[in-house]
Amino acid sequence: MKKGRIKVMLGNEACVEAALLAGCRFYGGYPITPATEILEIMSRRLPLVDGLCLQMEDEIAAMVAVVGASWGGTKAMTATSGPGFCLMQEAIRLAVAVEAPCVIVNVQRGGPASGQSTSTAQGDFYQARYGSNGDYSLIVLCPSTAQEMFDHTIKAFNISERFRIPVIILSDEVVGHIREKVFIPDADQLTFVERKKPTVPMEDFVIFKPEENGVPLMPTFNTGYKSPVISQAKSQSGNRGNAKEAAENIHRLVSKIEDHMDEFAEVQVYGDEKAETAFVTFGSVCRAARSAVDMGRDKGLALRSIEVKTVWPFPDDLVRRALAGAKRIVVAEMNLGMLQREIERVIRQPEIKIELFSKIGGIYPQPQEFLRFLEEKR
Amino acid sequence: MNPLGEKYLRKDFLPFLFCPGCGDGMIVQAFLQAVDDLGCVDDLALTAGIGCSAWIGVYMHVDILKVLHGRAIPAAIGIKATNPSRKVVTFTGDGDCLAIGGNHLLHAARRNIDMTVVMVNNQIYAMTGGQVAPSTVVGSKTQTTPYGNIEKQLDGCKVAIAAGATMVSRWSTAQPKQLTRAFKKALNHKGFSFIEIMSQCPVQTGRYLLGSSSPQFNFQWLKDHCVKEEDPSKWAEIEAQGKIPVGDFLQIEQPEFMEEVARMNQRVKEAQAKGGDR
Repeated sequence: MKKGRIKVMLGNEACVEAALLAGCRFYGGYPITPATEILEIMSRRLPLVDGLCLQMEDEIAAMVAVVGASWGGTKAMTATSGPGFCLMQEAIRLAVAVEAPCVIVNVQRGGPASGQSTSTAQGDFYQARYGSNGDYSLIVLCPSTAQEMFDHTIKAFNISERFRIPVIILSDEVVGHIREKVFIPDADQLTFVERKKPTVPMEDFVIFKPEENGVPLMPTFNTGYKSPVISQAKSQSGNRGNAKEAAENIHRLVSKIEDHMDEFAEVQVYGDEKAETAFVTFGSVCRAARSAVDMGRDKGLALRSIEVKTVWPFPDDLVRRALAGAKRIVVAEMNLGMLQREIERVIRQPEIKIELFSKIGGIYPQPQEFLRFLEEKR
Repeated sequence: MNPLGEKYLRKDFLPFLFCPGCGDGMIVQAFLQAVDDLGCVDDLALTAGIGCSAWIGVYMHVDILKVLHGRAIPAAIGIKATNPSRKVVTFTGDGDCLAIGGNHLLHAARRNIDMTVVMVNNQIYAMTGGQVAPSTVVGSKTQTTPYGNIEKQLDGCKVAIAAGATMVSRWSTAQPKQLTRAFKKALNHKGFSFIEIMSQCPVQTGRYLLGSSSPQFNFQWLKDHCVKEEDPSKWAEIEAQGKIPVGDFLQIEQPEFMEEVARMNQRVKEAQAKGGDR
């Protein structure tokens, strides 16, 4: 049993608690419902640990400042919701291209455009993965409880430092605003990963030459390496690259993550692992699905719920394994069938129809509705 | 090679991508002269956005983060925020700084954060092939104003002053000594400094706005049109003649942002240690 303390806190608050423990010392933000608490609490807490919380002029500036702070040598993060997430896309791809470790929280709300600021939704599922231009990859984690807001934030910082990438925590209004018990381990009970820095003399250092794991060493600015870091397609030396170098770089940016999915990919199964009927969920909907599984069991109904915790890169193999033997698959989500599309791609068995239980408009699904769906659609 | 180039350029990144006759090389030299005089190369952290002028810093052997169009200033703020001892300088152009990045200029100046923005003004979008910029003179025919520009110019120096910059200068590439002096003042200035450099672009500005793509003609145009006048009350008269006032316009002392941050953090921590209300 780990040592620590238990506290009742908001999901958004748990996120801050974990970020500070993980060593985040720069926060660039912009107020937006339902993520604002993260900015507010950061503005109170960061000065106490000699950090800096900056409310920038917009989400573009917030995300760019995070990339600057990352190259400045600090663990940095931001948080927002859909409309702000749109603006951040341009600098999320920047973080990808200049390999700046950082963490972005998207506490999803209804869309499109201004949508529903105080209501929950899961419509940014694809935007989190494909929102920027060009070929790239990144990691997206989906918490469903305040505890997971804490755990995923620690994990997000660790894998961002490990892979030198932006890691997105795709939360939603329910998870951000839920107030529940969170176990906060003592710092010495946790593992924290730090980016690897070069130790060779500057003359021998090649700025974007990868180590064996595909990730280059990352010097901090003003430590003698005089790094050229450009957002253009580049060669390993950091200069503008030719077609071959550009292609190699893009392949590396993707494979450094996707060749190592066993290090971070996570899919959980709740309920009867052999049940023929399976729900597939992510984020806050996992909660209602769990209750539905429990209620089903009471009625003598065998159910399982597959909870996709790391939605991008999509964990095809883990999902396939978790769904093995299922005859009926119901994807439950608060959008018009985004996760469903991935499940259809992964489970290509003509005899199995991938059904969709969708709730949009900001109404969180009730567990009874899951069971009613099973009965009515049969 | 020029001894400054020998000492400070990334030789493996050469040749410059600048066109023949471009002012950017002169700016590289004037800036490196200032850096050499101050001996501050190890403290430099540069940022840049997109455009011809954004490449100025890439050829210098210093830490540089070249980001997205218009976004060099917030990148600089992130770098400065993580280590206030750095001398952070942003190289940007008139389109990069006044159009797509205009919002960031306002708010960096307002904060009076200790950094220098060098805005190279060639009065046009040059890298994309000669389109109208916020700095383009009314009436100009460009690739996107084929019937003449009907929009009024935005003056970067006036914007910076109004937004709260604490050091503002404008010189041209035809005044390299004054430019180096302004760079040195800016690098030593505690606060937000803004230097606008009127620069020649024979290929786009010359061809579309001034009627000649000869480098000599374009350089002479700067000499003829940039008039030293540091008294703002006289600017309107000069501008009415189609000329551009240059000089060291402003240098004042105001509380600097990162120093204020350090003071606040200290105050808050002391209050917390006493268990009192902060």
